[in-house]
Amino acid sequence: MSQPLLSLEGVSTHYVSQQGTRVVRAVDDVTLSLGAGETLGIVGESGSGKSTLALTLMRLLPPAARIVSGRMMFEGEDLLTKSDGEMRQVRGKRIAMILQDPMASLNPLFSIGNQVGEPIRVHEHASSSSAWQRAVRLLKSVRIASPETRVSQFPHEMSGGMRQRIVGAIGISCEPRLLIADEPTTSLDLTIQAQYLNLLRDLQREHGLALIFITHNLGIVAKMCDQLAVMYAGRMVEHGPVSRIFSAPAHPYTKALLGSIPRMADGGERLTAIDGQPPDLANLPPGCAFAPRCPAVTTRCRAEAPPQFTLEPGRGARCWLAEPLSMRSSAA
Amino acid sequence: MAVTSPTVTPPTVASRASFKWLEGFPTIPVLILLTIAFVALFAELLAPYDPQVGTLSLRYRPPFWQTGGSMAHLLGTDHVGRDELSRLIFGARVSMIVGITAVMVAGTIGTVLGILSGYLGGWVDQVIMRIADAWLALPALTFAIFLAAIVGPSEFNIVIILGAVYWTRYARVIRGEVLSLKQREFVRLAVVAGCPKHVIMWRHILPNVINSAVVLGTLMLGVVIVTEAALSFLGVGVPPPKPAWGLMMSDGKQGLMVGHWWLTVLPGLCIMLMVLSANLLGDWLRVKLDPQLRQL
Repeated sequence: MSQPLLSLEGVSTHYVSQQGTRVVRAVDDVTLSLGAGETLGIVGESGSGKSTLALTLMRLLPPAARIVSGRMMFEGEDLLTKSDGEMRQVRGKRIAMILQDPMASLNPLFSIGNQVGEPIRVHEHASSSSAWQRAVRLLKSVRIASPETRVSQFPHEMSGGMRQRIVGAIGISCEPRLLIADEPTTSLDLTIQAQYLNLLRDLQREHGLALIFITHNLGIVAKMCDQLAVMYAGRMVEHGPVSRIFSAPAHPYTKALLGSIPRMADGGERLTAIDGQPPDLANLPPGCAFAPRCPAVTTRCRAEAPPQFTLEPGRGARCWLAEPLSMRSSAA
Repeated sequence: MAVTSPTVTPPTVASRASFKWLEGFPTIPVLILLTIAFVALFAELLAPYDPQVGTLSLRYRPPFWQTGGSMAHLLGTDHVGRDELSRLIFGARVSMIVGITAVMVAGTIGTVLGILSGYLGGWVDQVIMRIADAWLALPALTFAIFLAAIVGPSEFNIVIILGAVYWTRYARVIRGEVLSLKQREFVRLAVVAGCPKHVIMWRHILPNVINSAVVLGTLMLGVVIVTEAALSFLGVGVPPPKPAWGLMMSDGKQGLMVGHWWLTVLPGLCIMLMVLSANLLGDWLRVKLDPQLRQL
């Protein structure tokens, strides 16, 4: 991997209250990289900063949020130095996004073809008729039956699964290099979920898309992703290849997350939950943010926040327990 | 629940759907409005006399059913002997034209500013809404008289004045709608897809607020017609000798005490019927077009 498609270096996004007295560190010092065609899963509890990270990537944060530091290199350009106008050229064309509720993502007043063709008309200044032709092909590529008739229908004439696939078609309409999917399957039932995930995989293979999958479903991560990043309280506490993390999680939080997946084999055992509540992001403990809930907490954890330890190339964890395993300490 | 009458055959889906849509349709108000519109459209053919020319010898003739009335002037004559029926017929034209165009002017200004204010937010929102607040603080009629005194009375000026006075109501309602539309997923998807702001406002916001604008327009029609009549009554509206209902009431008021009741009552009745009909139609449209009240 000579040059990654996307690399974030120390990106922090803070929400600042109007008087400037309360600072919420929604995303704190996140460093990660993603190669072309790879899939990254980002998991974490509600409020851990997953969605804010996605909005940071798109530069679509609400007015109260500020990207306070870091670099976001995408295809060799720093997205943070782009103007709003340049950023709009990136959105939808080079980085596309599928929102949390694709069921409501279609405008009820316009035909499917009109909406699927919209990014093509906006970004490539294509004529309505050629955008319409492209829309028909896109519907075919997301496996909508008889796309020629479907393209002139309206959202209310579609089933939920079809609408979802249409939103996917809008996502890939301008052949983006990176697709961000923010919990795209939470509103779907399980069979349609599986179909949709397969479709995304196929689209990824056909178009060479890099995919960022934001979810709290570890099952989806295991099925879909090559890389995994675990977020806790705005920080990326562990990242690395999915298979390595699943077989040997380094951070106690990751261990706890993996432990809280229900298993059939467990029989009558109680489901393990993580004790306590996620911390208030405006009032983080001085040490590790997970320390109050951590089963393996030490005094050092409470006093000092752990830096990122690199365990092996492309794998890291923010935990003092990982320090002895880290490459840095063995080199020293 | 289980008891169903076997004699009642359930209507077909198609017919039930078509009647369901018309449920509670305000037939009488719509008929009245259509009649006024028809009369306004074909005033030349329907009016028996020229509305602006009178015969002084025939002044103050009562309607035909009163003693002294005749079938020649069905609704009597006014203080210069002009035929009251003909004047009412041509007055319908003035009310219709002024009412509808003024509502469209107010609606266009208000909708555009409401969308800009709601969608762009920030200082644009602040400026537009503070102007609207200041506007609303002025009593509408006083403000309209003030403007009329500046630009002078004419039909065209009246339309502009009414548009300028009433845009604030649209701006506030539309802004509220836009604020909630902005949070809808399809608008966010358009943002994420890199659509420029003007495209989003034009394609995704405007078509979704048109319903509310139409409903508000029907409700405003009544208000605007009353204001036009009031301005004409006060002498700063449609200039005489053009027949406008408000002006006719004003002209007739000195005869009221000596029994020439028809000169004020008949135009007043016309205004009342038109405003009431417009409001009833507006109410029905609001219920039909508002998804929350429609209970889907």
